Amino acid sequence: MKKAIIAAVVVAASALYLFIRTPAASATQPQPVPISANVPSTTSAGAPPAGASPSGTPSSGAASGSAPTAPSSGQYKDGTYTGPSVNAYWGYVQVRATVSGGKLVHIAFLQYPNGHSASQYINSQAMPYLTQEALSVQSANVNIISGATMTSMGFRQSLGAALSKAANS
Amino acid sequence: MRAARLIMGMPIEIEIVGEGESIRAALEDAFAYFTRVDEEFSTYKESSAISRIDRGELSLEEATEEMRHVFALAKAAKEETKGYFDIRRPDGHLDPSGIVKGWAIEEAAAHITAEGFKDFFVNAGGDIASSGHNADGEPWSVGIKNPFAQEEIVKVVYPRGRGIATSGSYVRGAHIYDPHDPEHPLDEVKSVTVIAPSVMRADMLATAAFAMGREGIAFLEGLPEVEGYQIDTTMTATMTSGFGRFMQSHA
Repeated sequence: MKKAIIAAVVVAASALYLFIRTPAASATQPQPVPISANVPSTTSAGAPPAGASPSGTPSSGAASGSAPTAPSSGQYKDGTYTGPSVNAYWGYVQVRATVSGGKLVHIAFLQYPNGHSASQYINSQAMPYLTQEALSVQSANVNIISGATMTSMGFRQSLGAALSKAANS
Repeated sequence: MRAARLIMGMPIEIEIVGEGESIRAALEDAFAYFTRVDEEFSTYKESSAISRIDRGELSLEEATEEMRHVFALAKAAKEETKGYFDIRRPDGHLDPSGIVKGWAIEEAAAHITAEGFKDFFVNAGGDIASSGHNADGEPWSVGIKNPFAQEEIVKVVYPRGRGIATSGSYVRGAHIYDPHDPEHPLDEVKSVTVIAPSVMRADMLATAAFAMGREGIAFLEGLPEVEGYQIDTTMTATMTSGFGRFMQSHA
């Protein structure tokens, strides 16, 4: 149980990291909304651009129910904010953040990939460190070659099928 | 001196740097070892110990020490990979080939080392144990095959004594399945190459990571001393954070 709690904290931290670093400059909807903006994501007309300072125009209300309250003293304006659904490589993550007293007090997961039992463990730590590249052909001047070569099962199955075909024809 | 044989239904290639009768004999010993392993662990031979265990004619307690060792390794692998690595197929039959290959490569390499050779490699079906340097005194270089064009190499790595193994679907069809969802086709990932402290571990983890689909590479990232290179159907490679250091010939 203790492990599960630790895992949950790591998961939350990773998701928060994702949430915060989501690019906010896109003109298309739905827009990613960083936590620092006082804009509930589903508010449409009149919303200041994502990334606006917390002291900007008060928004008309939070989509998820809890309206922003009196001016807060912290970095963020009080309210409940729903983030965009972010493709986090292994699936989609969407969180809802609750700000109270100017501070982030709660994060709820609205969407989380959990198709496999191993997902939480895997997803909580690995994603930010993976890098990608397009395949490019290299010099074939190597000592040894690693690949999924034909091994026992495929080889013999294929051979067996070929032989039985041969026998029937 | 380099030689190759077709044993266990796969090409096995061994090079021991140098020339002479002692090297020739060591190569023959290694091939003979693989043939012995095949006799005991082949699921295609009705008389093999593994086939007799599968049919319930032989208990694990009556089997050889080696057989019990392989079963213990398989059990640990299943636990570590949360069931993604399993020697029991969906049809209920035993198929330990996924762990026997890596284990046999490692044993063969240990025998060659015990005979006093430092510079060699053993490559069984694309899974490789290597030691020391090649004939030019350079670290052994390993090319990762392009799963879309098998005559091409898309990455060159230097395992520097670690094991390296690749699992993929491009030759053997759907020979690897998701044990949690056997009907689900594994078509998003074409191949996963793993570098690990031992070739047995690399082989087992490559098999498990491939069965996990796109999550496989993230699973590898979370393991200490393990690096992976995953190629997907968009011809994009995703690699773990420490993989880059094996792309240089010197550490």
